[in-house]
Amino acid sequence: MSVAEHPQPFRFVTHLTLTELTGRRAHDLLELLRHLKTVPLSVIYYHTHHFLERRRGLAPSPPNDFAFWISHTLQEGTLGERLAAIDTIQFTRLENLREAIVSTIETYLASAKSLRPAPEGSDFFFMNSRSILLPTSYEAATLEEFAHALKKVSVHSIYHHVFEARLRMERGNDFAKWLAGLGEKDLAWQITLMDPYTQTLESLRRRILRLVERRLFEINHVPA
Amino acid sequence: MSRLDQHIPIVGEQAVDELRLLGRQLQGKLMRHISSMAVGGGAAEILHRMVPYFRELGIDARWDVIKGNSDFYAVTRKLHAALQGQPQTLTERDFTVYRDTLAQNGADLDLSGDLILTHDPQPAGLIMHKNKTAARWVWDGLLDLSAPQNEAWDFFRPLLEQYDAAIFPCPTFAPPISMRQILVAPSIDPLSERNRDLTAEQVHDVLNDFELNLEKPAVTQVARFDPSKDAAGVIDAYRLAKKRVDCQLWLVGGDPEEDPEGNSGLAAVREKAENDPDIHIFELSSTDHAAVNALQRASTLVLQKSIKEGFGLTVTEALWKGKPVIASALGGIPLQITHNESGILTHSVEGTAYWIRQLLQEPLYAKRLGENGRQRVLDNFLLTRHLRDYLLVFLSTLHPQDILRA
Repeated sequence: MSVAEHPQPFRFVTHLTLTELTGRRAHDLLELLRHLKTVPLSVIYYHTHHFLERRRGLAPSPPNDFAFWISHTLQEGTLGERLAAIDTIQFTRLENLREAIVSTIETYLASAKSLRPAPEGSDFFFMNSRSILLPTSYEAATLEEFAHALKKVSVHSIYHHVFEARLRMERGNDFAKWLAGLGEKDLAWQITLMDPYTQTLESLRRRILRLVERRLFEINHVPA
Repeated sequence: MSRLDQHIPIVGEQAVDELRLLGRQLQGKLMRHISSMAVGGGAAEILHRMVPYFRELGIDARWDVIKGNSDFYAVTRKLHAALQGQPQTLTERDFTVYRDTLAQNGADLDLSGDLILTHDPQPAGLIMHKNKTAARWVWDGLLDLSAPQNEAWDFFRPLLEQYDAAIFPCPTFAPPISMRQILVAPSIDPLSERNRDLTAEQVHDVLNDFELNLEKPAVTQVARFDPSKDAAGVIDAYRLAKKRVDCQLWLVGGDPEEDPEGNSGLAAVREKAENDPDIHIFELSSTDHAAVNALQRASTLVLQKSIKEGFGLTVTEALWKGKPVIASALGGIPLQITHNESGILTHSVEGTAYWIRQLLQEPLYAKRLGENGRQRVLDNFLLTRHLRDYLLVFLSTLHPQDILRA
């Protein structure tokens, strides 16, 4: 990547992913929990994020694979709902997200009377993804150029700078960091406060653009 | 217009730009594919389509075919079946024939390059020559290795584990081993004879050729007449549904003269159809893609009521044509169909019959399923995505880190 302190231009990067199997699978909740405690963090990231780039409308089902499998395959609706409700945006480190998932399942297990296994052929497969980052032709040195590029780049680029940069690479929201470096601290803060997990990437693009364009309007029309 | 550019109206400019960006990272690299057949079979079909695109992207893509005698191919047929769990007798002599043939091929073939991709079990044993080359080795198999026969697996596993990675089409097909396993789903080519758009007149002409009409809704299964495709179960489901909703059934299969083994169930299907004038059985040549395309497009519903299934590319084809699909929840089909969203998944004759009735009587709902199914294929199962995944496999074998800055 790409983000540097002002006046370095913001270079938009896009990412492509290759999905891999880890060879681990779970047949019931206890096996799921055992693997959850030891899988690499990239596996936790995959199962809590891959849906974001796939959904077009709002996801009609729990927004992570653990919640979906527990609700739909194990038919443990209450636990599935609790896992789906974990507010991923509050975590800046994947290890903390893992702990939240593990502790939610452990709390549930402490009072569970019996556990259902997955029907045959419906095991949970732990997967991982490799991310390949590619430069795009878009870069921005000013807020105007940033708005222009944001309209043009693919949703995969937006995904990378907002989600992957923040939680997988643990360096924060790239857009907010660059905007803060540009002196746009309020704008950066508003973008940091957004919950990107409960909207599609196109909605996210529109919301960020709206904020940037409003700020541009202020700069251009409101006397200093 | 370049081959790749022809896909832009379908997948958009960004998807093709991504391929070019990736291609730039692999300019001049040598990617060598090795398969057992130059024509026929899934791997040959994929390679015929893919290799020209790799070359257009600036990659030095080559494709070699191994040589073997009838003994070798008899052994690999047994190995192929046994690896998918079918009972077979494999002897020490069989394994020797396999090893000797691939030792000879390894001596004859040029194994230089950056990436060697062997396709299916037949050439997999070439891995014994790994130390002769600096290339990375990846095995690509469309097989279900989840429950292999023991002696076949004991033989095959040590070969597989020498590879840098193995490609599987869906998670359920992968064996529980700890080597690097990559998921790459197969694809269809939206510009091929089998899948390209047809005009209403073109579809009508094919129906006329077969003396078909659409006075009754057409329920169709496209599959060779192999017991695993359960044409008998399809007829049972059709008969149950027809008690309540009148319809016709089209069973579109292969030509037994061209593929006797694959269509060994044809006589039994004809017997079961009992001269029902609403059951139409088609024995089509494997090259008659235009007719299959038209029949799929003219269908009201498409079924895939298999008892055992691979990835299920006929399902992909029907979804791409916007058809509501009712299919068995096995193999790669659940990866393509989310029940009630992009199609219907069933587990029995009765369930299939129930959903035939439902969808024939609720055409708006059926239409929505078809639209969602087409979108799912557009997002996940077209040739451009498949090309992209191969390029990513190539890049990731050269650079093993989790996050790669190209």
